Amino acid sequence: MSTESNYYVPEESRLPVLGALALGLMALGAGLLLNDGASGILWVGTALLVAVMYIWFRTVIRENIAGMNSDQLKRSYVWGMSWFIFSEVMFFAVFFGTLFYVRTLALPWLGGEGDRSDMIHLVWPEFTAQWPLMETPSQAAGSNEFIGPEHNMSFPGWDKMFHWLPLWNTIILLTSSVTVHFAHHAIKHDDRKKFNIWLAVSVLLGIIFLFLQYEEYHEAYTEMGLTLESGIYGSTFFMLTGFHGFHVTMGTFMLLIQLIRGLKGHFSADDQFGFEASSWYWHFVDVVWAGLFLFVYVLA
Amino acid sequence: MAHGPAKGIGRWLFATNHKDIGTMYLWFSFSMFLLGGAFAMIIRAELFAPGMQLIKPEFFNQMTTMHGLIMVFGAIMPSFVGLANWMIPLQIGAPDMALPRMNNLSFWILPFGFALLASTLFMEGGAPNFGWTFYAPLSTTYAPDTVNFFIFGVHIIGASSIMGSINIIATVLNLRAPGMTMMKLPLFVWTWLITAFLLVAVMPVLAGAVTMMLMDINFGTSFFDAAGGGDPVLFQHIFWFFGHPEVYIIILPAFGVISEIIPTFSRKPLFGYSSMVYATSAIAFLSFIVWAHHMFTTGMPIAGELYFMYATMLIAVPTGVKVFNWITTMFKGSLTFETPMLFAIAVVILFTFGGFTGLMLAVAPADIQYHDSYFVVGHFHYVMVAGAVFSMSGAVYYWLPKWTGKMYDETMGKMQFWIAFVGFNIAFIPQHFLGLAGMPRRYADYALQFSDWNMVSSIGAFMYGAAQLMFLYNVISTIVSGKPSTEEKTWEGAQGLEWTLPSPAPFHTFSTPPKVK
Repeated sequence: MSTESNYYVPEESRLPVLGALALGLMALGAGLLLNDGASGILWVGTALLVAVMYIWFRTVIRENIAGMNSDQLKRSYVWGMSWFIFSEVMFFAVFFGTLFYVRTLALPWLGGEGDRSDMIHLVWPEFTAQWPLMETPSQAAGSNEFIGPEHNMSFPGWDKMFHWLPLWNTIILLTSSVTVHFAHHAIKHDDRKKFNIWLAVSVLLGIIFLFLQYEEYHEAYTEMGLTLESGIYGSTFFMLTGFHGFHVTMGTFMLLIQLIRGLKGHFSADDQFGFEASSWYWHFVDVVWAGLFLFVYVLA
Repeated sequence: MAHGPAKGIGRWLFATNHKDIGTMYLWFSFSMFLLGGAFAMIIRAELFAPGMQLIKPEFFNQMTTMHGLIMVFGAIMPSFVGLANWMIPLQIGAPDMALPRMNNLSFWILPFGFALLASTLFMEGGAPNFGWTFYAPLSTTYAPDTVNFFIFGVHIIGASSIMGSINIIATVLNLRAPGMTMMKLPLFVWTWLITAFLLVAVMPVLAGAVTMMLMDINFGTSFFDAAGGGDPVLFQHIFWFFGHPEVYIIILPAFGVISEIIPTFSRKPLFGYSSMVYATSAIAFLSFIVWAHHMFTTGMPIAGELYFMYATMLIAVPTGVKVFNWITTMFKGSLTFETPMLFAIAVVILFTFGGFTGLMLAVAPADIQYHDSYFVVGHFHYVMVAGAVFSMSGAVYYWLPKWTGKMYDETMGKMQFWIAFVGFNIAFIPQHFLGLAGMPRRYADYALQFSDWNMVSSIGAFMYGAAQLMFLYNVISTIVSGKPSTEEKTWEGAQGLEWTLPSPAPFHTFSTPPKVK
């Protein structure tokens, strides 16, 4: 409920319509890239979006430093970020839902379970349901439309545990959540030096995670015969970990920006929402990873 | 922020004012309504008589697809966002929307998104032709090349919806005037708060669905292809997990509008305010757990069919509460029948009719007969058009004096209502008969025994189309030459903060929040 007598309503701004133009160009450009192989418009749109976001965030930060933001306006930003993260939760829910549906319903049905087994069995008589799915129904029927992976990413057994990248990635990302929390704790006590150090450590952990993720993908494509096209296992694996990796990239970038701001002395014990919002986002990608580790890697 | 609107085109391009952005939303959605309506007229002209008369079947498929997409995402949804932009700050005593610049961004994405979508009509291979529900594999393996533009268009339109909804939630939760507790919120604000929650929850699901389509089409994944271990039925599950809340996203703000108009012209407070709030919340909750009633003929275990059948029937309970409350509000009221009230009463009657046909469709064994027939088309036009669009028309007549400071011509308004009402029913009642007689939906041609009712339906559709041109004329002539109506309370029985402001509402309102007792 409103408590202030005045709420800051910004003057008109050129940024939003340019941002919309950028998104429009990106959508058009992405379509043209896929259909005609022309990438020019996509790049123009992306560059414009980056420029708009840079200037937009700079404007918002300057407004805050100039003291134009009331507590009430700050609460609007808090609500905005919270609901944005909720929308991201729902985005990941689709891909997790897809994984669960495929594993518990679609594949067993394809393998002959359920009410309509007699009919399905006529279509894919040789197919056996398993997870991870190493042999696709089309392979079972003697076609090479979709070829399953040669190897999968599941738990390799206790003896090889420490050569298993996902475990290291889990340790790294969980640690980074803790270090971000330490940074938060430090700034709450106005200890800027500690804040900067812990935040730098978190950014570093984020970068290491991304490097290992890249290694994992490289290994998957070059040594394990596991690609996007490796049937439903490859599809769900790369969709889930890929979108997660993209979010970690965004999150690392956000934390990096906050680190730069921290070094510039933007934050204080009672005003650090830019950092807080980024840290919420970081904890969110961490939680998603916990789900991925469990359902994509361990319980496979 | 003390000064008034800027001059020239910059006022609109760079707007941060909720009223200007609301106005742009309303005009944009109306132009999309006319475009989607033009497609509907083409469909009904082709179906006027059996045989292929005017267009090719391929183009007919593009028309049904584009009609649905544009009406749902371009006309109805943005129109209510426009209404929310205009009315929510006025109704809760806020100076503007919580995040005014993002508000502008969410609007301006739409023209780009829909330009992209509409431009596919002129591309090689033609526009999307797989129906507005874009089921895989029609929309993946067998889709025209332009499907990629459709997918990216949906992505940015969805981003617009999410940002618009976050803005509405932040506004309602954070910018209410002192004393405006949650249970004093006007019902339009309540319904929009819940709608915005639904939007934030399901637009990302739609984004996920089209992303998986994109991957299947271009990058060799097999989400919706059984040959690789995926399942085309999975697409339907995901689509309707989005799609069923989506239909409540469309109808809940309309319920809010009706709950404003009926008390005003009954000169009584709304009956059962808190039960309305709880019923709306219950409908929103149920919307997440009934999606597969759209898929009774697709194939699912019998236990699934039973569960989704009974869960769906449950929705009739909170919806019944709402209808009961509207009728009870009118009961022993001092009723007058100005144009907004006519639309509101028509919504109560026609939406209830659409709700009952919905109950018929909820019964799984019966649905197997009705599925994909014109009965379904009749059913959802009763809720989409007679529910959402009628209440939108009513809302425009109701608040137009507040927006413009001018009064519409009551005779013209009533005439428009009656032409729309009669035209609508002539168009869509026969479609129920056609469906029950066995005519499938989405067909460009039909067997001879369906000729008569199709002709009747087309005549009604043209009549309803003409009524919309009359609506446009009424709005423009009110703005240009309407009788000045500057009193704060346009309607004698109106309650709420927006009626404490002068008409037209000044460019900036409630810069200091009012006190609500």
